[in-house]
Formats: sequence, structure tokens, C-alpha cells
Amino acid sequence: METLKDREKFSFSDLLKRIGIPTLFIGAFWILVLIVGVAYDIPLNTMLEDTIKRAGMNGILVLAMVPSIQSGTGPNFALPIGIVCGLFGTVCAIEFGFTGWGWLAVSILISIPIAVVVGYVYGKLLNAVKGSEMTIATYTGFSTVALMCLAWLMIPFKSKKMGWMMGKGLRETIQLDAVDAALILNDWGSFKIMGVKIPTGLLLTFGVACLLVWLFFRSKTGIAISAGGANPGFARSAGLDIDKGRIIANVVSTVLAAVGIIVFSQSFGYAQLYNAPLMMAFGAVAAVLIGGATAQRAKVSHVIIGVFLFQGLMTTALPVANEVFAGTDISETLRMIIQNGIILYALTQVKGGGK
Amino acid sequence: MGPKLKTGGKSKAFYWISENIVTLIFVVFIVFGFAVSKGVSINFFLNELSDRIFRNLFLVLSLIIPVIAGLGLNFGIVVGAMAGQIAIVIVRYLNIGGITGLLLCFIVSMPIAALFGYFTGKLYNKTKGQEMIASLIVGYFANGLYQFLFLFVVGTFIKVPKVHPMINPNGIGIRMSIDLLKAEDGGLKYALSNIIKVPFMWAVLTIAIVILALLAFRFLNNKKHGKTFTKGQQIAFTLNVAASIAVILFSIYAIATKSSLMKVKEVPVVTGIVIIVLCIATELLGKTKLGQDFRSVGQSQSISEVSGINVNRTRIIAVMISTVLAAWGMIIYLQDMGTLNTYGAHTNIGMFAVASILVGGASTSKASIKNAIIGVTLFNAMFIMSPEIGQALFGQAMFGEYFRTFMAYGVIGAALALYVWKANTKGKQSLDSKEE
Repeated sequence: METLKDREKFSFSDLLKRIGIPTLFIGAFWILVLIVGVAYDIPLNTMLEDTIKRAGMNGILVLAMVPSIQSGTGPNFALPIGIVCGLFGTVCAIEFGFTGWGWLAVSILISIPIAVVVGYVYGKLLNAVKGSEMTIATYTGFSTVALMCLAWLMIPFKSKKMGWMMGKGLRETIQLDAVDAALILNDWGSFKIMGVKIPTGLLLTFGVACLLVWLFFRSKTGIAISAGGANPGFARSAGLDIDKGRIIANVVSTVLAAVGIIVFSQSFGYAQLYNAPLMMAFGAVAAVLIGGATAQRAKVSHVIIGVFLFQGLMTTALPVANEVFAGTDISETLRMIIQNGIILYALTQVKGGGK
Repeated sequence: MGPKLKTGGKSKAFYWISENIVTLIFVVFIVFGFAVSKGVSINFFLNELSDRIFRNLFLVLSLIIPVIAGLGLNFGIVVGAMAGQIAIVIVRYLNIGGITGLLLCFIVSMPIAALFGYFTGKLYNKTKGQEMIASLIVGYFANGLYQFLFLFVVGTFIKVPKVHPMINPNGIGIRMSIDLLKAEDGGLKYALSNIIKVPFMWAVLTIAIVILALLAFRFLNNKKHGKTFTKGQQIAFTLNVAASIAVILFSIYAIATKSSLMKVKEVPVVTGIVIIVLCIATELLGKTKLGQDFRSVGQSQSISEVSGINVNRTRIIAVMISTVLAAWGMIIYLQDMGTLNTYGAHTNIGMFAVASILVGGASTSKASIKNAIIGVTLFNAMFIMSPEIGQALFGQAMFGEYFRTFMAYGVIGAALALYVWKANTKGKQSLDSKEE
């Protein structure tokens, strides 16, 4: 009897370890919020629909965390660098007069080469500052966003869809309706199932991106990058070029961020310039960590689990909190506590450091 | 010092520039600003600058101790700022004003900040090697808790009357902005700043005389102990003496001729004294056993551990001191601002303070009072000048707004990156030479 009990205990703690505390905690919390929501007569299908939509639109941004974590540079806190590349592609495509699918294709085509170059330079920087990547990445991201604020203000674009009524510069939010591109992916092949609208095109895009990253980490280069991140000393003695791997990984991550924000914007309906990308990295980092990743290891499956749990919790918490705590708006507060709490928890799990 | 002496004169100058590059960029920027923008009067500039220095310096000084203890730049002073704001809200809620109210703010904030500091210190001990990113995130995290407290807990769990002017009309949560009211009317505004004020040039004169006296004291003291200056120190010493004498003569001239500089806003003396007391206390702390522990923990945790220092405890104490000082600094800052922006005042405090001290020449492993003073001056001068430059060069003040945000973020990123890069290349070199 006793041995059986012991084994049960062991298997439970083993399960806990396998799933991970953040995943379990957020998962349980989400289910709780859903139950409370149903109890307060908030339609379940709307909550699920919003969850799927939000998860799909944030998915690729979260996916951008995988290469950088695997390569050993830690979560990509400099996600805004890639994001502004994507936004630059977006405004260029509008300026050149593209609409609809043409806009989507041209935005992505313009932003990718820029993201490759920028990601390369960023990777070089990270190689120069080994050991303090996360702090420096954060501030590199912040300063890039601030620098691009200047660019948005100075860019001599003529399109009436983006400018202010008077004065120079681009608007803070650009309506994608104006170029027939809002929800273009979401509506492609979308259908309703049990009152829940499935944004087929959006989910497919996210799925394809996941597949590509999954395949990439099964290629020779991808395996070398993972090895370099997991055990630099061993990888070096095996003759792998770790620095090169770190650069490639951050190029991939930057490109994913650029494509990710374009997919995000079309689903959101607006392209948000200026300070909007500033804090986007933290939500993405929290999502991948919730999915079970650590600051040193991440898989595509972590992204999928994490983005659904985190966005699910966030989107359902908003109407539920408004219903339960009428008269206050604490959903944003809740987001800050959960998001940053999860990141802090992950930081305490980072091994090593100290002098 | 060894390898530095070997290099020739030219590379010595190069070395000096590369060591002080961040500071130099700011000096050049400000000079450039004066050159291009014709609208800035020297009086306006000095008004703004002296206001900002007295407002911010205490906060920036709170960063020094964690750096010495090897924790890097503590972005977590935001948590201390929140403690200060909580104290102000309590004191304002009880409607206690004037100097009594202000002192009460300091007293109330102390245990709150110490407790917060204890928890953040514990956290930093669990994230050794990643303290800076942890301190940044802990600021955001604490901001969430702070909002939860003031937006929700107040009014829901802590019963407050709906009619109180600080409470939202629906009875839940503290208002977005709180007027601190003038000290004379029973509030906190200028409770410290307005106690004694002296004309700007008199303050400059006094400071210059004190600096000259300090220099003379150091000179005599060195002579008595038979210590000699190195050549570099000699040059610096002569320059300092010359500069302070020039400033003294100039301010006497300005006072005697009643030049337009006498119209610059008067300077808050008590705030100045408080800041000087903090400077002296920081210096004295460095000479105590605790101060030595800070330094040795900052240099090497393993060696300190071996020599019997409780490393984790020492680090927590350093963070607690920093957090309490940040709380007090925030109170000094807010009494001079006059309004408390309940949910926004603290958010950028960490970033601006860190950027300031870095501009002054500090790094993640060394920071001094001198760095803080130079940094606060230069950083705020940049802040005043950049909208003017934006206006002059591009016809848009908005340009300057974005530009100064960029400078703040950029200086942190660049200064940290430069520092780590230098440390890494140095480490690699010593590793290589060992392998040889």
C-alpha cells in the first residue's frame, strides 16, 4: 500500500514538473475565469471566439521567442526591433498604393530583407555583450522604438490614408480598412462552428509558421543552434560556430517578429505606430514561458500552448472582471501582474550567474 | 594604472575619450543645442535646470549603494517611489500638511519602503547575474500591484467615504491626479522647497567657496601625510581650483553689478542641505564595516563568503537602503511638483535616474556622488534643450519630445553595452594570456 501511495505521489510531482508550474497555474486560473464568466451569463462562444482570434494574431510574435531562446541569447526582449521592420513594410506598401492581398504580400516582402539586415546587426551586438543579453536587448528594443518615432514623424510619405489632417508625419494608428486589408487573413475561408467563428486563414498562417520553425530546428543549422545554446562548451569543442548560430537565430527571430506584427495588424484592423510596440516583447515572453518554456529552452509546442492560455486568460478576464467588479477596470492591472510575475518567476529559475 | 602609463600621450587621450564617451556626447549635444536654438535665454535654461537638479538628485543618489554592492543599476527604485507615493496618499488622506505632513510622509514611507526593499532584495538574490533585468521587470510587476491597491482595494476592502476629494466619485479607487495643495494652505506643495530660499547666484557662490575649501583641505591633508599627487591628479587639481576661483569671481561680479542672472529663480536651501547630508552619509557609510562589506561583496561574492560575510544579507541591506532613499527622493520630487499623478508619476523614475547616473560616467560596477551630480546636470540639460533643438531644426517640438526619449533609452542601452563589451574583451584577453 505504502509503495503504491509513494508512487502516486511521485507521479503527481513528476506530472507537475512535466507540465510546469506556470502552465498549470495559468491554465487553472483560466478555467476558473471561464466558469465564473458562464455563471455571470457571459456567452461562452464569444469568449472562445475572442480567445482563438487573439491567440492566432499574437502567435507568430510569440513564436519569435523560440529561436533566440534556443540559441542561448535568452527570450528576445528586443522584439520591437523586428516589429518596427514589419510596420515599416506595412506603411511602405500603403504608400505604394497596394490594397488587399497585394498589400499583405508587399508588406511582408519589404519587411523581410530589412529584418534580415537588422537582425544580423542585432545578433552581432548580442555576441559582443554575452552574459547581459536580456537587459541590453530590452534597451536596444526601447531605443529602436524611440528612434522609429522620429522616423514616423519625419518620413516624407504622401498617402492620405496615413498622414495627419495637418502637419507632417504619419498617424499613430492607421486604419487598414482603408486599404481593404483589415481581417484579410481572418476572413479567408472562415466558418462558424457551434456559434464560434474560426479565422481559418489566420490559424493556417500561424500553423505554417510553426511548422517552418519546427522544421528549421530539425535542419542541420537548427540542430547546431540548439546545441550551441544548450551547451556552449561542448558545442565549441565539437567544432560548431556558436556565434554564427546566435546570429542566425536572432535573424530568424527578427524576421518572425516582422511578419508577426503584419499578421497582428491585419487582425487588429489597425497598424499602430510610435510607442505601441514598446512593451509588446513582454507579453510575448510571458506567453512562451506560460507554455512551459524556460529562459534557456523553448519548443514550438510551448508557443502554441502558451499563446492560447495567456491570450485566453487575458481576453476572457476583461469581460468577466468588468462584470464581477463593476465600476473598476482591473483587467489591465491583472495583465501586468500575471505577465511580469511569470517573467520574474522564469528569471529566478535561470541557473548560474553571480561572481 | 600599470598598462595605462605605458601608452603614449596620444593613446592616453584616446583612452580618456573612450572612457568618457557617453558624457562627452551629452556635452557636445547641449553645446550644439545652444548654438542652433536662438530662443533659449540663459535665464530660462538655468531656471529649469536648477529646478530639475534639486528635484531629481536625491533619487539618483539612491542608485549608488546597490552598484557598490555589485547589484548593478537598480531599476527597482520604482518600487521605492511607489512606497513614497503610498505615504503621500496616506498623509494627504488624513489631511496633514506643512512641514509636519512632510516629515510624516518620510516616516510613514520608511517601513513600507524597507519592506518592499527586503522583498526585492530577496528576489535579486534568486536572480543573481540577472539583477538588472529582474529589477526592471519587478518595477512593472509592482506597478500592477500598486494599481490593484489604489484602483480596487481602496474602496472595496478598505472602506473610504465617497465624498473625500481624493476618492473617485463612485467610491472605489484613488483619483488619477491628486493636488498636494500649497504648504501654507495645509498641503504638501513646496513644504520643503519653500522653507528657505536664496538667490541663485548666491547659491553658486557658496557652493564654489565650499568646493574651494574642500580642495584646500585635501591639499593640506595630503601634504601632512606626505602623499604626493600623480601628474594627472595635479593637473585635475589645478583645473578644479582655477574653475572654482573663476566661478567665485564671476558670481561676485554678477551680484555686485545686479546682472540679469540675479533674476534666475531662487534656490531651495533645505532641499540642498538634505541632498548634501545624503552625500556625506553615503561617504561615511563607505568607511563603516557595512560599507566595506558592500564593496567586497561587489568585488567578489565567493571571496566575501569565504571571509565570513553573509553575502545575501548584505545585498538585501543594500537594496533596502536604496529603496528607502528612493521613497524619500520621490517625496522630495513630488512636493516640488505640487501634484501627484497617482498612476504615472513613478513609472519613468527608474529609467530617468539610471540614464542620469550613466551619463555622469557611472557603470554597472562603479558609481559615485560625482557621477550622480554631473549626470543629473547633463541629462536634465539635454531634456531642456531637445524640444528647442527640435523646434529650431525641424520646426516641430514633438521631434524633441521623441528625441529625448530616444536619448534616455539609448544612453542606457549604449552605456551598458559598451561596458559589457569592454569587460568581455578584457576577460577574453586575460583568458588568452593565461592559455599562453
